[in-house]
Amino acid sequence: MKLKQLEGLLGDLQQFSNPKVELEQYPTGPHIASRMLFTAENSYGDITDKVVADFGCGCGTLSAAASLLDAACVIGFDIDPQSLETASLNADELEVEIDFVQCDITKLELKGQIVDTVVMNPPFGTRKKGADMEFLSAAMKVASQAVYSLHKTSTREHIKRAALRDFNAKSAEVICELRYDLPKLYKFHKRKEVDIAVDLWRFEPRQN
Amino acid sequence: MRLIVHNMLTCNIKGVVNKFPLRIEAEKVIKKDVDFNPDFLRHMLAKIEWKALVDGARSMGYTELPDHAPALESDEPFLKKFHHALLELNLEEGSLVCQETGRKFPVEKGVPNMLLHEDEV
Repeated sequence: MKLKQLEGLLGDLQQFSNPKVELEQYPTGPHIASRMLFTAENSYGDITDKVVADFGCGCGTLSAAASLLDAACVIGFDIDPQSLETASLNADELEVEIDFVQCDITKLELKGQIVDTVVMNPPFGTRKKGADMEFLSAAMKVASQAVYSLHKTSTREHIKRAALRDFNAKSAEVICELRYDLPKLYKFHKRKEVDIAVDLWRFEPRQN
Repeated sequence: MRLIVHNMLTCNIKGVVNKFPLRIEAEKVIKKDVDFNPDFLRHMLAKIEWKALVDGARSMGYTELPDHAPALESDEPFLKKFHHALLELNLEEGSLVCQETGRKFPVEKGVPNMLLHEDEV
């Protein structure tokens, strides 16, 4: 599948109808999602024929991208039932098979080494402090091969240090820097659109 | 929920020791065809908890899996059964039951709800 085609398909997905601000629900746009997963597969071979978990899957954009790039199995995890409902509809629309689990990612305990790759666009920690680190910690416990995650560029040094020192990372690399376009989703947003610098990270866990 | 997912889910209630596997109570199971990928299946064979898979499949009405995976992985008839159990059986409605506490995690429209109550955290 070509990048443009992937981006087009992801652009048709339904997004949050009533985003919950306390969960930091923002859609992962098709531009970022397609590039993130395309890179994960073409540069690192982390998606096709792999078991891929999407932490904080929301409406399932990253999960859908992984499926379209022929992951062997995709599992989306989220705490919010409405998002999971939308994600299921999106999977049906695309005619892809995605499993979903409703849970609190910070309390989740998964057994074994079944998951190869975790992909995620986690909360940045602007509502619940430290949420970004909790998601990263959880992902590093589950992935046997790689974790792809988006974090604010302003937290770059902090993330690198935590990953290598506390979360069992063998490597922690910023693959590229992206501009995340956040449209005005919530009433309290003053500007029509805001543009945040985010890093796309690839972490490799140490073998257990 | 497919058995590949069931094979990784545990009961995360505070203090529980016997967290895995969760027993399946199936109310509605549907079968969805998935492309057969023998290389992927061979790769999974080393990672799957076999007994949990066999018991899970039985709870969903599929009894064809042997009690032990055969030594010869290239056995295609076996791989087809493994494929069917792991990837094609979908629990749409039912529960996942913690073997220690009896707590039921509901499965609705194929999605297990693993959220804990306040006193379980």
